[in-house]
Amino acid sequence: MGLTTQSTGIYAFVEEMHQDPNFNTDAVIALAGNPNTGKSTVFNGLTGLNQHTGNWPGKTVVLAKGIYEHRGKKITLVDLPGTYSLLANSADEQVARDFICFGNPDATVVVADATCLERNLNLVLQVMEITPKTILCLNLIDEAKRKAIRIDRNGLERLLGIPVVPTVARDKGGLAELENTIHEVALGKRQMNPRQTIYHQAIEEALRELQAELEEVLQGKLNSRWVALRLLDGDSSIIDEIRRYLITSTTQVGKEV
Amino acid sequence: MAANQENSFNHLVFKAQAVRKQMNTNLRDQVVKDIYQRAEEIAAKAVALPDTRNDLDRKIDNIVTSRIWGYPLMFALLSLVFWLTITGANYPSQLLSNVLFGFQEQLTGFFRWAGAPAWLHGVLVLGLYRCLAWVVSVMLPPMAIFFPLFTFLEDLGYLPRVAFNLDKLFKKAGAHGKQILTMCMGFGCNAAGIIACRIIESPRERLIAILTNNFVPCNGRFPTLIAMAAVFMGALAAGTNSFAAAGVVAGVVLIGIAVTLLVSRILSKTLLKGVPSTFTLELPPYRMPKIGTLLIRSILDRTIFVLMRAVVVAAPAGVITWILANVTIGDMSIVARLAGWLDGFGRIIGLDGYILLAFLLGLPANEIVVPILIMCYLAQGTMLELDSIEALRQLLLNNGWTWLTALNMILFSLLHFPCATTLLTVRKETQSTKWTVLAALIPTGAAIAVCFLVAQIVRALGLV
Amino acid sequence: MSIAEFELTQLPVGGFARVVGIKAEGLVRNRLLDLGLVPATVVEAVRKSPAGDPIAYKIRGALIALRSEESRQITVRALVED
Ligand SMILES: Nc1nc2c(ncn2[C@@H]2O[C@H](COP(=O)(O)OP(=O)(O)O)[C@@H](O)[C@H]2O)c(=O)[nH]1
Ligand SMILES: [Mg+2]
Repeated sequence: MGLTTQSTGIYAFVEEMHQDPNFNTDAVIALAGNPNTGKSTVFNGLTGLNQHTGNWPGKTVVLAKGIYEHRGKKITLVDLPGTYSLLANSADEQVARDFICFGNPDATVVVADATCLERNLNLVLQVMEITPKTILCLNLIDEAKRKAIRIDRNGLERLLGIPVVPTVARDKGGLAELENTIHEVALGKRQMNPRQTIYHQAIEEALRELQAELEEVLQGKLNSRWVALRLLDGDSSIIDEIRRYLITSTTQVGKEV
Repeated sequence: MAANQENSFNHLVFKAQAVRKQMNTNLRDQVVKDIYQRAEEIAAKAVALPDTRNDLDRKIDNIVTSRIWGYPLMFALLSLVFWLTITGANYPSQLLSNVLFGFQEQLTGFFRWAGAPAWLHGVLVLGLYRCLAWVVSVMLPPMAIFFPLFTFLEDLGYLPRVAFNLDKLFKKAGAHGKQILTMCMGFGCNAAGIIACRIIESPRERLIAILTNNFVPCNGRFPTLIAMAAVFMGALAAGTNSFAAAGVVAGVVLIGIAVTLLVSRILSKTLLKGVPSTFTLELPPYRMPKIGTLLIRSILDRTIFVLMRAVVVAAPAGVITWILANVTIGDMSIVARLAGWLDGFGRIIGLDGYILLAFLLGLPANEIVVPILIMCYLAQGTMLELDSIEALRQLLLNNGWTWLTALNMILFSLLHFPCATTLLTVRKETQSTKWTVLAALIPTGAAIAVCFLVAQIVRALGLV
Repeated sequence: MSIAEFELTQLPVGGFARVVGIKAEGLVRNRLLDLGLVPATVVEAVRKSPAGDPIAYKIRGALIALRSEESRQITVRALVED
């Protein structure tokens, strides 16, 4: 059974999506998040489709894709499996990471549980390292209110440096604003400047040693700081994947818009 | 990437390796720690948290996972769901079957009026229409009640608590704790349960979960179980008592769980040796489901979906069964001949040839087993109107049934080979013919063994 | 006052402790880290399964059940109020 260690097949998925004329849209958006935060509910709310939802971790076991229209633009939405992290200790994490990293989404929305924000921020910070076009969807605001949890949205935006949109996905609350924010970020109408995590001094020094040379090799295709971290981490599955991506993305120049 | 670029990338990979070796911190540990610490700092600045030590979730969990109440509550909830399903479905089922079988008369009248040949009437009305009518009237109402109830528990967040309560049993069986979640999905449909096994990371434990998912009775089998329970088990306790029937069905589920654990254990000691992998399970906060959406979703996505699949299979199955039951070779119908061959074996395990034949012909979908069986029995001359549980009971009694037959029918239905859709799903998920074959053989072996034992014991004790 | 270190398994229900480190290596270690069990994290043992195992812990806001095989790998020390 090809369950782990091998490639996640994200290329096949992306390739298929690009070849399907229905998915020839103006932008592709990834929906990431911890398990059970309402990703599928957001997905259903925006696309009108019925991705399976339920209150137990792990019920989204396939990648679902759907389409919606906003201000005359067609947007593809991809519902990723729920993960706590993108450091790829499981097949789900690999799929999510590979799509965010190599699937070229025009924006990544991290759906977070407002009642448990600290835990969810772990993933948000990891996504921000891969792509600057990150949006935080602060879902389950109704539950947070019920539990008397108060969140300073502006403070959060400032601390993270990314747009934060509170939502009650189940009642479609805030989804209009989320659509607007996705539109602005995905179509490049909003300057993104996420505040990166600063690591322990030893790591930062090591990163500095690699980053300049890496930037030459990557030529802007991937975030050099993130790649440097992965190289230092030494996880060969992701390093091989990066190499493969660099090779294919050069040979495909001209094919892409 | 040009070759020299690839070289420079590889060079950097080596360089990074060298740099890492010089560092005296564990990089991965430090990275995760730094990220979590920043998350903590941000949350401390932007989030005001109340004390959660006494919140409602904890109070609920105190009961739901309590030493004393945890298990009884699980069984009570299961029984309650079945009881609501059985009693709630009774009246609408009756109504539907009156309407649908009433319409059969009209159809027959129409065929007579049009001067259609008897065989055409047989194939289309007695075969196709009757089978469809049975499947719809018997399956639709219970599913329309069961699925919303089950979805309610699912959306509420109860399922992970079940996994939490039962995990130790699964650990002892060498299986993964999340297997119970995939089993819960199997209640709806085993094919869905098998897809849900993807949440289990370790290939070994995932295979165990796939191979045993069938021991959870899916919705296609509930009508059979409920009908059998109502016909015979209920009759044991004063009339057709829906409490008793619900108890029987809940008990059947417990037997299914016990067999799952036993088979999982055997598998993890033989074909799929190994120790349980890491297990962490989040117990999410309870969330009150939105009833409106829940009803629409569970009826549209689950009930109608499963019903349509059953209907698609039931139509041709009705036609084929009618033909087999009415085309004679020599002085016997094909069905009678086939059943005759199976009869000896069937009786040894407390069933009969027709029952085994119905299970075999029902391979495409479990929900058509009972209609096929009824059609086979009906073709044997005793033509009666099958419009109530009492009539069904009479028909079965006329064909030599005892409570042992009903009991073993329940057990066989619970344990036997999965339907074709489920087997195809196993094939797709495992990419292996070997495991697919085993997914059919293991349950069948278990079904035969259990039915054989029960039949022998009951007969030896002279209970029938 | 010296603060003794012990395994998370031994933390009684209702008790709090601070993570010192993880003994496991490889994948298990990474998984536990990803749950937020990094040094200095405060953990509360919230409830036991009726069968005694697993035990559910409050870890950074989420309730997470760990089998004793895993919680034994986590070293903690008692929380002293400061
Ligand atoms: N109260 C409330 N519940 C929600 C909200 N969004 C989703 N849910 C519920 O949370 C559960 C998990 O949602 P789901 O979309 O399946 O999460 P996923 O695992 O991230 O895809 C479901 O039972 C939803 O009905 C919300 O904004 N408020
Ligand atoms: Mg989902």
